[in-house]
Amino acid sequence: MRVYLDHNATTPLHPEVLAAMLPFLTERFGNPSSLHAWGQEARQALEQARTTVARALGSGDKDSVVFTAGGTESDNLALLGAAAAQETRGRHVIVSAVEHHAVLHAAAHLQRHGFAVTRLPVDGQGLLDPDEVRRAIRPDTILVSLLHGNNETGVLFPIDRVGRICRERGVTFHTDAVQSFGKLPLDVGALQVDLLSLSGHKIHGPKGVGALCIRRGTQMQALIHGGTQERSRRAGTENVAAAVGLARATELALLDQEAAAKRLADLRDRLEHGLMSALRGVLRNGHAIERLPHTTNLAFAGAEAESLILALDLSGVGISSGAACSSGSLEPSHVLAAMGLPRERAESSVRFSLGRGTTPEEIARVLEILPPIVERMRRVNAGRAPAEART
Amino acid sequence: MIPRAEADGTIVVAMSGGVDSAVAAALLARQGLPVVGITLRTWSSLRPADLSQQFDSCCSPGAVEDARSVAQALSIPYYVLNYEAEFDREVIQYFTEAYLHGETPNPCVPCNSRLKFGSLFTRARGWGATRVATGHYARVERDPATGRYRLRRAADPRKDQSYFLYTLTQEQLAAALFPVGHLRKEETRRIAAELGLTVADKPDSQEICFVPRDYRAYLRERVGAAIQPGTIRDTAGAVRGQHPGIAFYTVGQRRGLGIASSQPLYVIDLDPTRNEVVVGDEQELWTRELEAERVNLIAIECLSEPQRVLAKVRYAQAPAPAALIPLPGDRVRLCFDEPQRAAAPGQAAVFYDANDPDLVVGGGTILRQCKMSN
Repeated sequence: MRVYLDHNATTPLHPEVLAAMLPFLTERFGNPSSLHAWGQEARQALEQARTTVARALGSGDKDSVVFTAGGTESDNLALLGAAAAQETRGRHVIVSAVEHHAVLHAAAHLQRHGFAVTRLPVDGQGLLDPDEVRRAIRPDTILVSLLHGNNETGVLFPIDRVGRICRERGVTFHTDAVQSFGKLPLDVGALQVDLLSLSGHKIHGPKGVGALCIRRGTQMQALIHGGTQERSRRAGTENVAAAVGLARATELALLDQEAAAKRLADLRDRLEHGLMSALRGVLRNGHAIERLPHTTNLAFAGAEAESLILALDLSGVGISSGAACSSGSLEPSHVLAAMGLPRERAESSVRFSLGRGTTPEEIARVLEILPPIVERMRRVNAGRAPAEART
Repeated sequence: MIPRAEADGTIVVAMSGGVDSAVAAALLARQGLPVVGITLRTWSSLRPADLSQQFDSCCSPGAVEDARSVAQALSIPYYVLNYEAEFDREVIQYFTEAYLHGETPNPCVPCNSRLKFGSLFTRARGWGATRVATGHYARVERDPATGRYRLRRAADPRKDQSYFLYTLTQEQLAAALFPVGHLRKEETRRIAAELGLTVADKPDSQEICFVPRDYRAYLRERVGAAIQPGTIRDTAGAVRGQHPGIAFYTVGQRRGLGIASSQPLYVIDLDPTRNEVVVGDEQELWTRELEAERVNLIAIECLSEPQRVLAKVRYAQAPAPAALIPLPGDRVRLCFDEPQRAAAPGQAAVFYDANDPDLVVGGGTILRQCKMSN
């Protein structure tokens, strides 16, 4: 039995999503900008997809949705586009220290171009105090960008409270909801969010498509110039099949969202409790309640994350040590570091992220395989296991 | 299904991206043994600018692609591990420190003993593996009489790499596999070609894998601030000129001294305490005796009395007859029958059995010599 528990990295395409996409990769191939029947057919599908995604975010304004090539592009468009449009008002941007690199590195890019960037701290459980945002806002602050659900720990930020603060102060507020979209109810109106990033492949949609939801009236500039597609906010012929796929994946995610969240949280808790009772020295990184239902980040004292991931892979279990893009980097997770965890603990931490296909049998399998692997690593690392003699 | 990692005797193959380790992996996989391919990533992934300066050596980005395609062709699991920090600490720092102290380093030696058969071996045991295989040309066997693991020269004398493996302990040798050690290089290439491996015709690596051009430019870049100019003296004590730093010299070197002299001058010694280069004529390079420290014995457990050996003081040299004499601690003295040229401090002296010239008795690091008259 192979067990995939890395759904925060990516998810398999849902068969119904593929079925919805296929016609637009074959006979319905038109360019939505064309006047003829082929184009009109594609246009209709694209706008239908836009409506679906907008509605999933509680927005009746379908034109608030700009399709992009994924979460990273959405984040870049949000930060760089808002900063470019509003830099005459001010050049100060607020992010948190635990953002995805798409936001952190876009913010660093702004900093290199003369913007001031405040990186808000989090506490030991990964939580952010909304009053920190209130205190950090200056007269020249134009943008606040905060993760909704953390990709490494699953910890949730109080987006609603930050939204209210930003709205009061007239500051544009962006949230990266790539990990929470489809898993938790999201309403951009109620949350008072101006910009929201989401991605297709985290919810069983295709890779290479995402969206940025832009509240009407938010001052933005395009990053990609060319035709007038996406209301001139993102030039280039639209990826119709991918947008249709994203929309179908969104519909499927919302179908039984509440039940799925409860089921995943139950499985995750079973995994956590099982590991903690089978092994000493297992610590959860991140708050126990304020988090996404499908993610847990655990430290296994005396084991090394890279080795643990490799050993589990050899046993048919796929997990990771945080963001896929930072795996293999020299520095341990910036998220765990910002939480003030000692380097040693961060280096022995791995992430399990469950998905819709995860079964109780799979969790049981991990509970069977993982503890002996960790025990063996601890023995070897403690130098108590002599090399097995050559026979 | 039996999980692969739990299966008895999983073998980790350190794959550099070259033909030798590719064939090592192939030979093991062909026997149906559970094999996992590993490449130690020794360079930074975070500085894309560096890529323009990368060259296609062992464990470089291009080499990873080669190793990955071989692993794919063999249908074995393959992983790239981040060894940037460890490689820097265990190999590069050793390399630069040695030159700064007027010694000539052998970076392949710590890379083998501290990385491949050191921390990789430790980690591999954590994954449930019991063996580490490499593409080295050397052979390992167990002495039926004593139970000791022994290291032998490769079947192909031109490719023999036992010199770089003399520091391996009994525990490491017990786990070591050198599947191409019995092959001649042409056979290795032929097997690679037969298996359709893309690396079959890849040229042999020659240089130190992390030094792109000449090592002096590398040292200047890495530790330039620690390199100070100083005086060149001859063996009689007379000042003969100035040097830009002893790190740029190696014992036996003739070129680059910049001294006008009727007779050719050679670097005889490098004195780190006085930061001086000592030069002399060719004859002064020859020594009959030397001392080595940090000795590791392989074929025998301890050296209690002098023993006849064949010893060499650099890789590209035929072993020469000598007496191996125990000294206190982990040191030995080598007394060669005939004087040897340019035994450089920091290089390895490796001893082979006089009666069984393929058998590695042990080896050590050459100490700075008191110059003996011949």
